Amino acid sequence: MLISPPAAVEYIRFLPEIILSIFGTLLMVLNPLIRKHGSSIFGNISILGLVAALLGAIYADGQVGQAFSRMIVNDDFANFFRVLVIAIGIVIVLGSYEFLSRERADTGEFHSLILFSVAGQCIMVSSNDLILIFIGLEISSIATYILAGYLRDDRRANEAAIKYFLLGSFATAFFLYGISLIYGTTGSTNLTDIHVFLSSPSRPLLLVGVSAALMLVGLTFKVSGAPFQVWAPDVYQGAPSPVSAFLSAGPKAAAFAVFLRIFLTAFPSISHQWWPVIWISALLSMTIGNFAALTQSNIKRMLAYSSIAHAGYVLVAITAHSDIGAAAAMFYLAAYACMNVGAFIVVSHIAGKGEKHVGISDFKGLGVRQPITAALLTIFLLSLVGVPLTGGFFGKFYIFQAALQSNMIWLTVLGLLNSAVAAYYYLRIIGAMYMQEAVASTPVPQPLPRSTRFALLLPALGTIILGVFPSAVLDFAIKSANFLK
Amino acid sequence: MFQGGGVPLSWYLILSAILFSLGVAGFLFRKNIITVFMSIELMLNAVNLSFVAFSYKLQQVNGHIFAFFVMVVAAAEAAVGLAIILTVYKNRSSLDIDDVSEMKN
Repeated sequence: MLISPPAAVEYIRFLPEIILSIFGTLLMVLNPLIRKHGSSIFGNISILGLVAALLGAIYADGQVGQAFSRMIVNDDFANFFRVLVIAIGIVIVLGSYEFLSRERADTGEFHSLILFSVAGQCIMVSSNDLILIFIGLEISSIATYILAGYLRDDRRANEAAIKYFLLGSFATAFFLYGISLIYGTTGSTNLTDIHVFLSSPSRPLLLVGVSAALMLVGLTFKVSGAPFQVWAPDVYQGAPSPVSAFLSAGPKAAAFAVFLRIFLTAFPSISHQWWPVIWISALLSMTIGNFAALTQSNIKRMLAYSSIAHAGYVLVAITAHSDIGAAAAMFYLAAYACMNVGAFIVVSHIAGKGEKHVGISDFKGLGVRQPITAALLTIFLLSLVGVPLTGGFFGKFYIFQAALQSNMIWLTVLGLLNSAVAAYYYLRIIGAMYMQEAVASTPVPQPLPRSTRFALLLPALGTIILGVFPSAVLDFAIKSANFLK
Repeated sequence: MFQGGGVPLSWYLILSAILFSLGVAGFLFRKNIITVFMSIELMLNAVNLSFVAFSYKLQQVNGHIFAFFVMVVAAAEAAVGLAIILTVYKNRSSLDIDDVSEMKN
């Protein structure tokens, strides 16, 4: 088989990944040359790189098609998620200035790892081949393993890093075993080829089922869905807050994109086998996440359990195994990224040096002391509850609508009951901020730096725009979900 | 497909499944972090074996190349993983997985 050299347009279809890799490498080269702790130059360079990649993704959206021997598929679906993960990267970089200068941490490495991780996520979401998905997943994961343990002398960060690393690699091995079995059965790792093979009546159902199950285990781990969610609370609690914000949004959105692409592009013909399994996983994730979050006093751990519950809502949308379900999942991931990243960055600001103040009681009286911070956190929390006029409301609305259209009445009822339970623990924080007076032991928060203010305003704007004008994003999501077939 | 009546494909696949299961068992039941990490490497190599066996059966080069990709990724993972294990050891002077559990209170 002769492979012709790639045409110029194929590089354009791969533009965001190229830009991100160049800027990530540039930061690594510059890092030893400009050794200054707390310097913001690396952050500025990485924001430049991310904005360039964002424009690259928008430009690439005009050149829809495949690239590099059908390994990359540059469609609306890919570019929706590229824009999402790059935007998450921008907000995280903005939100980490304060953290990095406070902890006197090395800035160059931090930002280049963020860029490499975002590059890996872009590869994941735009790839049409299981092997390339695996490589993108690993590029993203290996960078985040380091980020989770970025503060080398912090015992909690060590614990988070080792747990994330061991369980993440364990999950990857399952995913890879699934890939090898599907390769052996179908003779290809290309998702379209697999779909064509599975459409024939003589397909070996058992082996395909086993490999789909193995991939499901790996992906459920990565999105922190039950029953493979145990790592998430420890990792999100132990990792530095800006990193927790990143982990709970970027890699998760990319893993869900891969989830959608694999199961809706390659495995739609065996959907009767996989949707009941995801049904159970969705219900377990929502229930375990919400009920465990009720009793937490550490806000990072609470947000970790809440992110398990939110993974459960997205799994409900995947269970629906329809175009409208995929579009609802995409919309929800965008809304969820805005509100969760915002909430974690507020936590990072309040936590202070060494992240000592992460209890819910540390938020007492914040409404008086820092009205702007408190108001922004309120927006994020109300969106997490799912109050109308926020992105979280329409996200849940579309998901349960999609579930009802696929006749999943019980799952919808149980999911709605779950979101009622969830309201309690989010409102508890709002109550602490506005209804309770600060006591002597409550830490006095530092003034909000300009970079953090931007990092909070962007997701707050996103949350409100998704809540007031949801149809623009949803229409694009529906249009791009058509590409999955 | 097999020239010279070699070892049948199913034998390779059974060996690969056994190695993978041994890796899973090691991951779940061993207490030393290094041993747990080696169990993961065993799982990846079990997958490599099945890739190469399938590739031979299908008469394709792809599977061999995938095995190389997996090796590269495993090497990168080992570099990062051992560094993380080292920082854990420096801060706790222990490599027992049960000693690494401060949170959850």
